[in-house]
Amino acid sequence: MTDSIAMLARYFGVSIRAQLQYRTSFLLSAAGQFLNSAIEFLGLWALFDRFGHLAGWSFAEVAFFYGVINCTFAIADALTTGFDRFGSHYVKTGDFDRLLLRPRPTALQLAGHEFALRRIGRLLQGLIVLAWAISALDIPWDAARVALLLLTVAGGVAFFFGLMVLQASLCFWTTESLEIMNVLTYGGVETAQYPLSIYHIAFRRIFTFVVPLGCIGYFPIVAVLGVDDPLGTGRVFQALAPLAGVAFLGLSFVAWGFGVRRYTSTGS
Amino acid sequence: MNRLTPYTAVVSARYRNLLQYRAAAFAGFVTQLFWGAVRLMIFGAFYATAEGPQPMNMVEVVAYVWLGQAMLGMLPWNTDADFQEQVASGAVAYDLLRPLDLYGYWFARTLAFRTATTTLRAIPMMIFAMLLLPAFGLADWALPAPSGAALIGFLVAITAAALLSTAITVLAHISMLWTLSGEGVDRIMPSFVTILSGMVVPLPLFPDWLQPFLEWQPFRGLCDVPYRIYSGNIPIAEAASEIAFTLAWTVVIVWFGRFLLSRGVRRLVVQGG
Repeated sequence: MTDSIAMLARYFGVSIRAQLQYRTSFLLSAAGQFLNSAIEFLGLWALFDRFGHLAGWSFAEVAFFYGVINCTFAIADALTTGFDRFGSHYVKTGDFDRLLLRPRPTALQLAGHEFALRRIGRLLQGLIVLAWAISALDIPWDAARVALLLLTVAGGVAFFFGLMVLQASLCFWTTESLEIMNVLTYGGVETAQYPLSIYHIAFRRIFTFVVPLGCIGYFPIVAVLGVDDPLGTGRVFQALAPLAGVAFLGLSFVAWGFGVRRYTSTGS
Repeated sequence: MNRLTPYTAVVSARYRNLLQYRAAAFAGFVTQLFWGAVRLMIFGAFYATAEGPQPMNMVEVVAYVWLGQAMLGMLPWNTDADFQEQVASGAVAYDLLRPLDLYGYWFARTLAFRTATTTLRAIPMMIFAMLLLPAFGLADWALPAPSGAALIGFLVAITAAALLSTAITVLAHISMLWTLSGEGVDRIMPSFVTILSGMVVPLPLFPDWLQPFLEWQPFRGLCDVPYRIYSGNIPIAEAASEIAFTLAWTVVIVWFGRFLLSRGVRRLVVQGG
C-alpha cells in the first residue's frame, strides 16, 4: 500500500516536471480553463442581476454550489487523464498489454498516466467563487460543518473519478473512447452548479438514485448552508449522502474488473 | 461560374470527409439534448418567479436555447485540427502553389469545416425539439414554430452567421502563421465566443447598462441576431438592418484577414525539408 502511494507520487512528480517543460503551453491551458469557467459564472451573475433570485435561492447560495462542484471536478479531472484517454492511448494501440505485465494494479498505473496541472485554472476559479460565497453568506462555521464540506469534496472527487473509470471500462467493449460520457461529467458539473430542487422530478431522481450527483453536491451543501431543503430531506441523510460517491467509485472498479478480464489485445 | 468551381469542389470534398463520423455526431446530439434540457429548466426556474415583464419572454428563450444547441458546431470556437497539422508540418506551403486565391481557398475549406457537422446535427435537433417534445407531453419545452416571414429572415440571418463565423475562424487560422500552434487560440476563443454570442445567456438578459456594448460587438451576429429573428423578438421589419450589421462585420473581418494573410505569407518560413 505505502509502496503504491510512493509509486503514484513518483508518477505525479515526473508528470508535473514534464508539463513544466512547456511553460507557455501550461500557462495558456490553465488560463483557458480559468476563463472558461469564469465565463459560466459571469452568465450566472447576469441572470441574478436581472431576476434577483432563483426560486428563493440567493446568488451567494448558488455561488456556493457552483464553487464546491467546480473545485471537486477540477481535482478529479486532474487525476483521471489516463482514464479519459484510455481508449485512444491504451486499447486501440494495444499499450494496455504493457500495463498488464507490470506487477501493480492497472487502475493505479492509469491514475499515474498524468497529473493534469492545467486543471488548476478551474480549481482556482472555483476557490475564488467559493471564498466570495462564504464571505457573503454568514454561515456559523463549526467543526461539523467544515468536516461535512470536506467529506462532500472527497465524495465528489470519488464520484467523478468513478465516472471516468466507467468511461474507460466501456472502452473494453467499444475500443474507442465514447464522448457520450461527457453528458455525465461536464453535463454533471453544469447541472450541479444549480440547486437540484429547480429541476424536473425525473432529473432529480436520476441524479439522486442512478448517478448520485445530488448526493455529492446539493444534499450535503444544504446541510452546510443550514437551510431547509425544499425537497424535504433530513439532516442525517444530507450528512451521509456524500458516501454515495465513494460507493459509486467502488462499483465502477467492479465494472473495471469485469472489463479487464474480458480484455483481448488489438494486437497492434 | 467556371472560376468558382475549384472553391465549390473544396467545400464538397471537405463535407464528404467530415460527414464520415456518424457515431460522434450521435454522441454530440444526445449531449446537446441534455444540455438544452438543463438550460431550459434553469431559465424556467428563473422565469417562474420573475417580477414584471422581461426583455424576452420564456417562449423566446426556449427558441433561443434550442436553436443554440442545434447550431452549436457553427460557432467559431475552435480551429481545424487538419489545418494545425499543416502549419506545424510545413505542408501549408503547398497551398501557396495552388493557382487559387489563398484567402478564398482557406475560406472555402473553413466554411465546410464550420458547417458540415452542423447541418448533420441541426435538422434532427430542430425536428426533435419541435415535433417530438410535444409528443412526450413536454409542449412547454418545445421549439415553437416560426411565422413564415420569420423563418425566411432566420434562414438569411443564419447564412450570414455562417459567413461571419467562417471569417472569424479563418482569422484564427491565419494567426497560426505567427504562433505555429493553434493551442493558444483554441484555449482562449471559446470563452469569448460563447459569452458574447449569447450562447451562455441570451444577450437581452444581460444588465441594461451593458446593452450598448453588446449591441455593437460582432459576435452578436452569430447567435443573438438569427435566433431572435426566428422567435420574433426582433420584429421582421428590423431583420434586414440586423442582417446588414452581421454582413458588415463579416466584410471588416474578411478584409482584416486578407491584410494579415498578405503580411504573413511574406514572412512565412517553411519548416524542415
